[in-house]
Amino acid sequence: MIVILNGFEHEVAPNTNLADLVAKVSRAETGIAVAVNDEVVPRHAWSATPLSSGARIEVLTAVQGG
Amino acid sequence: MNYAPLVEPAAELSINEVRRYSRHLIIPEVGMSGQKRLKSAKVLCVGAGGLGSPALMYLAAAGVGTLGIVEFDTVDESNLQRQIIHGQSDIGRSKAQSARDSVYEINPLTEVVLHEVRLDVTNVEEIFSQYDLIVDGTDNFATRYLVNDACVLLNKPYVWGSIYRFDGQASVFWSAHGPCYRCLYPEPPPPGMVPSCAEGGVLGVLCASIGSIQVTEAIKLLMGIGEPLVGRLMIYDALEMSYRTIKIRKDPQCPICSPNATQTELLPDYEAFCGTISQEAMAAAQESTISVRTLKTMIDSGANMVLIDVREPNEFEILRIPGSILVPKQEILNGTALASLPQTKQIVLYCKSGARSAECLAVIKSAGFSDAVHVGGGVLAWAREIDPSLPTY
Repeated sequence: MIVILNGFEHEVAPNTNLADLVAKVSRAETGIAVAVNDEVVPRHAWSATPLSSGARIEVLTAVQGG
Repeated sequence: MNYAPLVEPAAELSINEVRRYSRHLIIPEVGMSGQKRLKSAKVLCVGAGGLGSPALMYLAAAGVGTLGIVEFDTVDESNLQRQIIHGQSDIGRSKAQSARDSVYEINPLTEVVLHEVRLDVTNVEEIFSQYDLIVDGTDNFATRYLVNDACVLLNKPYVWGSIYRFDGQASVFWSAHGPCYRCLYPEPPPPGMVPSCAEGGVLGVLCASIGSIQVTEAIKLLMGIGEPLVGRLMIYDALEMSYRTIKIRKDPQCPICSPNATQTELLPDYEAFCGTISQEAMAAAQESTISVRTLKTMIDSGANMVLIDVREPNEFEILRIPGSILVPKQEILNGTALASLPQTKQIVLYCKSGARSAECLAVIKSAGFSDAVHVGGGVLAWAREIDPSLPTY
């Protein structure tokens, strides 16, 4: 199925959960925040968050600059 | 949701003040009462750099009565591309003093308090307790986590912003009413994965885009008007020219701000928490950090590599990644172990969380092992993500 990852269409296998997707697309699990449909999902809930077709997923990286 | 104003109004405004702030006073939502609140407000800016510059200038111009500045650095020529509170003649001066002079030039009615120290666990609470609200303009993760934790413990609103190249993020973390920084980013990224502005650059004017959001939020909170960014993350993309917000909820498992918080005081060492490392290590790790999942795949596929644990023997005893050999960091840093490293296998380094292995990586790469990598997050990430049955320490 297709989800929208950081604004682009992205093919994922059916029954993919958020943790699976993050593991595929991010080099690390810390220092990032992940939002599904404009709401942040805490890291401990990623594996219990199923993805549905068309879901908008945003992987944000913490930046330190000021 | 509306919030009560953060501060009580000052008794009165002088004739000079009424003249100066007239464009505020005629806004119905501000009025005399809002302006008097700004007058009695005490706002602390951590850092007088990229974000601190516009923040301090607009907070001063707006009529905030007391502005604190935490800054220990001096003005460098490379700051002037974005740190507009400083000028050419300030190069080499104390940033705190340079910022104070600019603030007085903008608004002599402002009282400026300088804290010319490096913020740390020994002074943060004493400094923060003197202020109503904290504006964060720091440039490193360690200070950001320190500021967050101190704000949670002291129940201060934390007006946060961060910037990199063309992208900015801003929010208000206020644990009494919503999430904190750790609800969004529970832990910093592995050392070396996210470059600082000094390494990756930043569009100068981005500081104004994000700093002005921070000032707007500070003013709203002080006056108790509008809808603050509590529970929302503002994401700004200068190339797309888009602002949007996403929701952040308070994490029921947040280690510091949830009802089940496991951390009830400041951490002993925020540099260690963030695995702060040298510039050389940061550069070495930039393109040569692999995740524990990648490592697992390499191990499972029988990759031609040698996995080296650079921790101390007692740590190696507690837990290790299967198939690894122990070469303590010091033997790599002083060069004694270099001769025994295999030339024909890829070297993969790891430590507890990724800081020490990054230091070793810099040495090993400069010794000619150009394909060497280290494992982001170290053995703790391995225990967390690959084999949760392992003990951690």
